Amino acid sequence: MTRDELGLDPEELYGRLKAYEGRTAASGGAGRDPVNEPMIRHWCEAMGDTNPAYPAVAPPTMLQAWTMGGLAGHPGGAARSEAYDELLALLDDAGCTSVVATDCEQEYLRPLRPGDRVTFDAVIESVSPRKTTKLGTGHFVTTRMNVRAGDGELVGTHRFRILKYTPARPRERAGPQPMRKPEPMRKPEPTRRPEPTAARPRRPRRPRPVVNRDNAGFWEGVARHQLLIQRCLDCVTPRFPWLPGCGACGSQRWEAFEASGAGTVFSYVVMHHPPFPAFDPPYAVALVELAEGVRMVSDITGVPYDKVRIGMPVALEFLRVDEELELPVFRGAQA
Amino acid sequence: MTVRAGDELPPLRIPITRTLIVAGALASRDYQDVHHDAEAAKEKGSPDIFMNILTTNGLVGRYITDHFGPRARLRKVAIRLGAPNYPGDEMVLTGQVTSVAEGTAEVAVIGKNGIGHHVTGKVTVRLPSDVPAEVLTTADAPTVTQDPQNTQDTQDTAVTPDAPDAPDAPDAPAAQGTPR
Repeated sequence: MTRDELGLDPEELYGRLKAYEGRTAASGGAGRDPVNEPMIRHWCEAMGDTNPAYPAVAPPTMLQAWTMGGLAGHPGGAARSEAYDELLALLDDAGCTSVVATDCEQEYLRPLRPGDRVTFDAVIESVSPRKTTKLGTGHFVTTRMNVRAGDGELVGTHRFRILKYTPARPRERAGPQPMRKPEPMRKPEPTRRPEPTAARPRRPRRPRPVVNRDNAGFWEGVARHQLLIQRCLDCVTPRFPWLPGCGACGSQRWEAFEASGAGTVFSYVVMHHPPFPAFDPPYAVALVELAEGVRMVSDITGVPYDKVRIGMPVALEFLRVDEELELPVFRGAQA
Repeated sequence: MTVRAGDELPPLRIPITRTLIVAGALASRDYQDVHHDAEAAKEKGSPDIFMNILTTNGLVGRYITDHFGPRARLRKVAIRLGAPNYPGDEMVLTGQVTSVAEGTAEVAVIGKNGIGHHVTGKVTVRLPSDVPAEVLTTADAPTVTQDPQNTQDTQDTAVTPDAPDAPDAPDAPAAQGTPR
């Protein structure tokens, strides 16, 4: 399990984050300006909103805007609680330095009118376990704010969810980008081989296998186009993936032997979301049962993702993924 | 025209300009650099600046009140963001009435851009109060339906006066030249 910059593993970090649930996120907050016509008008101009009801009342969706600190922030850092600052700092220290808003749920009890003075308080409602999204890995933090006006009348509630995350490395985005300016040429990176054509966007590469003493023999086999399975020398149980000891009897004596390459689809899933770099969803991920009795996770080639079926016979082949990586995969026999 | 569950709102196409993103961020008092500073946005792993959630919220609210009229009242707006709105893209808002009860309609809203669903949401809107429950008109001419005889005539002749159409929407002015 990887440790973050705090030296905490994800479980420990999550435990510390979760302790903030139910604590105050903001208290005694006051809008920097009373509800006013100029701000309403600027909002309507930006939104292209010509509703004649405004600016006699404020657009309800401005609710949060009245609570924002703006460029200068709330005087003396008022409003935001120490607990919330600590929670955000904990996430920053864990490498989750970026923030993006993901959800906003507002309820409007009465319209705000020019002259209304807004006050607010908020509570930390929940902190999610570690999640990996397209943007990166981090935690969702949900707060719930009560917005009041005048003598404390509740005028609206505002539930807000942010993702505090460690950015994934910047990469080419999928999909059309009509007005994107061409990137300036990057400095050549000496460790990488030059691209065949400079114009071709660099496609993200599949993850690299982690090769260690326990499984090196497997990858050496792959390099020779052999799918090698281990077999216990004491109880003759075959095993895969490669491990130092036998799961059946505990013996550490083993030999490797070459699989015939025949198998069947034992089970499969179709991946739609989330998309990972270098993979184009939807695609099928199969658990293949080899004739020798062990199972391995693999791509199924030669068959569309929606035609993969349990029990389908498959045969081993080797797929060159890029200039460095070759993988054993299984070709499906389409019914 | 009555409002019924299943009704689809006409789509609203919103060009995502740099100006809209920055104007929306500032009008909502959101000075996070990712909403106005392309270099800072790139450092944070985003290919460009992107629209803030408050602007999306405002646009969703506008979409609903544009359709149901100035006397409709937003009660709840709940949105979830997906694919970001980057400059140069276009977002198409579509909506479908999912339920109507006691003068209140619920509308499911989707805002789709070139890379996916930017926003999915649910809006609860109180329809104008002088309209009978469950046989509701859009706000253009609410009194007209009281007298079914006159409906057709009135709608033919009275199309323009009430309709808050805005051909001079604030998109065109001299705000083009974003300094870059």
